[in-house]
Amino acid sequence: MTRVLTWFEEWIKAAVLEVQEYMRLQGATLRGMVSRPFYFHDVVEQFDLIGIGSLTVVLLTGFFTGAVLALQTGATLDQFGARPFVGRLVSASMIRELGPALTGLMLAGRIGSGIAAELGSMVVTDQINALRALGTDPVRKLVVPRVLAGIVMTPVLTVVADAVGIVGGWLISVYQLRVASSLYWSSVMDVLYIGDVWMGIIKPFILGYAIVTIGCHVGLRTTGGTQGVGRATTNAVVAASVAVIAVDFFVTRLLLTLLY
Amino acid sequence: MDTGSRGAAVLEPSPPGETAAVAFDHVSLAFDDKVVLRDVSFTLQPGHTKIILGASGSGKSTILKLILGLLRPDGGEVWVGGSRVDTMSEVELMRVRNRLGMVFQEGALFDSLTVAENVGYKLYEESDLPLDEVARRVEEVLAYVGLSDYLDRMPSELSGGQRRRVAIARAMCFKPPTLLYDEATTGLDPITATTVDQEVVKLRDLESVSSIVVTHQLRDAFFVATHEAVRRGSRIEIVAADAQKSEEAEFIMLKDGLVGFEGNAADLRASTDPYIRTFLS
Repeated sequence: MTRVLTWFEEWIKAAVLEVQEYMRLQGATLRGMVSRPFYFHDVVEQFDLIGIGSLTVVLLTGFFTGAVLALQTGATLDQFGARPFVGRLVSASMIRELGPALTGLMLAGRIGSGIAAELGSMVVTDQINALRALGTDPVRKLVVPRVLAGIVMTPVLTVVADAVGIVGGWLISVYQLRVASSLYWSSVMDVLYIGDVWMGIIKPFILGYAIVTIGCHVGLRTTGGTQGVGRATTNAVVAASVAVIAVDFFVTRLLLTLLY
Repeated sequence: MDTGSRGAAVLEPSPPGETAAVAFDHVSLAFDDKVVLRDVSFTLQPGHTKIILGASGSGKSTILKLILGLLRPDGGEVWVGGSRVDTMSEVELMRVRNRLGMVFQEGALFDSLTVAENVGYKLYEESDLPLDEVARRVEEVLAYVGLSDYLDRMPSELSGGQRRRVAIARAMCFKPPTLLYDEATTGLDPITATTVDQEVVKLRDLESVSSIVVTHQLRDAFFVATHEAVRRGSRIEIVAADAQKSEEAEFIMLKDGLVGFEGNAADLRASTDPYIRTFLS
């Protein structure tokens, strides 16, 4: 019993420490965003790596999600004679929910793991200490550019995923479900409210921030050599993916209250 | 009365580290239950060398991290160039780190940067020096360590010895008055290790750099302590150190977090302490 209590106490302490360090990292990141020095070329590099580098995976995910959504819902809508409204369903689902969530999950896998592995290797090979010894704050040099790229590029990538998803749905609707193209597009536009657009933009902004800060936090807290880097990478993907789903739920709940 | 109080102010002893390049004053540090350093005190005078010996895990590298402010002691004072660093904020420490160059174990070169970018990192990123001047300085220090032809190579394309020499070039590029070497020769073959030792000696004697050399390689420790660099015309020669130069290189032996020995190479060789005898044998 005593051993269980000790284990539980240690677990609680470790969890509280993780939360404390995560909050400290966020504080340092926010300070780094509004004060000098500012490493501009690192920001540009991260915009390219996170934004352009993730384009292919987001295009493919968005396209096939829109296409399969049209396929699945087409059959269901047929039962109510509502096949022409397939465009409404595809656009509403993509823009309000699937676009942000799936883009978030893709980025959690691609960026979250990449950041944790990169920063983790830098920690275990003393490169982070070398940066500090050379007078550079690792948060300003490594974390701030990634967070800026994450919060700007995730909404952009989500809009791209939404667009290609709707195009994927259009292809299936026109060539398989035999819905008129004009009917599909008017149906897509009919259902969209300004609140949907806001939701489709605000959610990825927050998801991008969560994914990148989790990747950076886990990476910078890596211990235990190359094995530790592997562990950190796995932890970052798992934590960021769970965070995407959980944050998505809470932000959706909040935005439904505020926007509708 | 008045005169007396003024006299007392004049006689008040200055803190131990005010004139030293680096000073430790009763420094202690523990990680959880493991005591790493207990009441460690030493002083490194400008232009001198301190060689810290000890078994693996004896706290040698920890001393360097305390000097750089990468760790904070639980007790005692750490002084660098007249400033007390153990109470400084991270922002204040950045200024102190301008006075310190560090050669990490394995080099700790930045994987994604070329040799030239690694060497000139601090000048490129943390100074307002014009880029052509930085490039000139980078070429100069790479020539100094004999790696002029490696400017555009990536660290992964270098051998172990070349990586250490690039790390030394990076540490000296911004001309810090004190250099810290953390196991700079560990894992290198004797010939390559000697070239690294010679760089340490050259920097100390020709550039007047104060040095702290952490190692458990006795051969390299004694090489640095018993040799000096002299310039003869355009040539640099490494010769046996004279008596005064030998006195300027002091050894510290760490044992169980305590300073077990402090003295020069001759004192160390003459020591009858069983631990030191075992270590030396």
